[in-house]
Amino acid sequence: MRISTFFYTIKQGIVNIWKNKMFSLASVATMTACIFLFGLFYMIVMNFQAMVKDAESGVAVTVLFDHGISEQRIEEIGELIDGRVEVSRYEFISSQEAWDYFRDIYFDGNEKVAESFGADNPLANSASYAVYMNDISMQSALVTYLESVDGVREVKQSATVANTLTDFNRLIGYISAGVILILLCVAIFLISNTIAVGISVRREEIGIMKLIGATDYFVRAPFVVEGIVIGLIGAAIPLGILYVIYGRIVTYVAEKFRFIGGMMSFLTVKEVFHTLLPVALVLGVGIGLIGSRITIRKHLKV
Amino acid sequence: MIRLEHVSKSYTKEGLPALHDVSLQINAGDFAFIVGDSGSGKSTLIKLLLKELEPTAGTITINGRKLNKIRRRQIPKFRRDIGVVFQDFRLLKDRNIYQNVAFAQQVIGESARNIKKNVPKILSQVGLAAKYRSYPRQLSGGEQQRVAIARALINRPKILLADEPTGNLDAKNAWEIMDLLDEINRDGTTVVVVTHNLEIVRAMNKRVIQMQKGVVRDDGADWEDDGPVYRGGQVSTYGSDYFGEQPGLAGEESAADGFFREGPFLNQSGDGGGDED
Repeated sequence: MRISTFFYTIKQGIVNIWKNKMFSLASVATMTACIFLFGLFYMIVMNFQAMVKDAESGVAVTVLFDHGISEQRIEEIGELIDGRVEVSRYEFISSQEAWDYFRDIYFDGNEKVAESFGADNPLANSASYAVYMNDISMQSALVTYLESVDGVREVKQSATVANTLTDFNRLIGYISAGVILILLCVAIFLISNTIAVGISVRREEIGIMKLIGATDYFVRAPFVVEGIVIGLIGAAIPLGILYVIYGRIVTYVAEKFRFIGGMMSFLTVKEVFHTLLPVALVLGVGIGLIGSRITIRKHLKV
Repeated sequence: MIRLEHVSKSYTKEGLPALHDVSLQINAGDFAFIVGDSGSGKSTLIKLLLKELEPTAGTITINGRKLNKIRRRQIPKFRRDIGVVFQDFRLLKDRNIYQNVAFAQQVIGESARNIKKNVPKILSQVGLAAKYRSYPRQLSGGEQQRVAIARALINRPKILLADEPTGNLDAKNAWEIMDLLDEINRDGTTVVVVTHNLEIVRAMNKRVIQMQKGVVRDDGADWEDDGPVYRGGQVSTYGSDYFGEQPGLAGEESAADGFFREGPFLNQSGDGGGDED
């Protein structure tokens, strides 16, 4: 292909959009809405995933031992825990450490009350392993296993937190996938409609082109360009909007849901756009490409 | 060279064929008219030559290529060797004259540099160099047809097909267009003109192929021992039963003084002209 042909194709594609303003505008608007919602859901899912990850690494399973267990047995249990693939790390917390930690938190400012315990450690039997997991969905399996281990008195877990987070994340994933899928279909339909109008407006020109000896490529390419440009504009606008409003949304959400604020840690706009930008652009171009291809196949038998 | 061998074309299975067993040869460098009334098969013939339609039977050879051997993908390249001009000009209304002609070169992927060189040259050849920035609606019919001819010629086709090129023009413009086509022919391009305009046909004194109801009544050639000899401008051999039926076209005399008269005479037989098929 000659360079002049390439530029001609690009130019004609853009001219098509301009000549066909109302339909192009409708397509761009639909694309914008589609990609905007996509971006919004994408951001929510990404943030939730990050939060779940955080929560996962923060949630520990606590393993308490039988009374009077030997140091050796504790070490053996430690090795058993270490052998599990779902465990990322584990640490031993002696009863003294447990007490120190507890005292710091609950007797803060009431050191006198704490001192009344003297050398007696009320948590004398509370030596434990804190087990951190790399896959929270395996938690119940691990707990079942640990409970069966000899020398383990009790396994404490925060299953509800982990499960709720995972379930919620999955739910959002499904809903957004559904909404996005519908929107994608609408966007493809609208773009293909716009291109169809463009083709019918230019029927005469296409007829002349064919008589002069234009190749299929030459006749079709401008319409593909038209679809792609509409897709790109329709992706660029919502990306710009999302970039600007992301910070505000995060601030708003953090304020409104302060009661669970401890669990909330939001990604920065850069982190989100690192993947959202290419994904949304590819999506826009893809929708434009598919939309125009469908129409060309249907209406432009050259 | 254009050669048709026993070419037939039917649009429907039941109806009469639009073309029936047409055999014809137009040599390279020739100038030939094709005349016939509505439904005679002229337009079908043009479409067959451009491979817009496939013949139901027979073979067509153009510039040494059998059309039925040309694959779909090769059609564009094939058409670049044939320039076409229509009664209704078929210019792009939203582009100026220069762009309309340049368009034909862009289509075949000519370089921008060559386009800049070729377009003014061909526009001056058709006498429109000064109006390259005008839009079609700002031009007269004759000027628009010149643009169409420039567009058809810019890719240097071997054959120029003109389907009723003067059908929408007044007498003066019609003659100017015919002179231009004649000049193009003298430069070596094969020119085939489909027309109703018998005055022009007679005056041009070129070979005349007469069609009626899908068959060639007379291909304008007499076969001598050393090949065909073309009779120039003769349409009278069957004039009595074809042209005689048309009011206002009966006599030679009335035709002569109507020659440069705009209006019913020149266009009279053009009703339904270009699209009879």
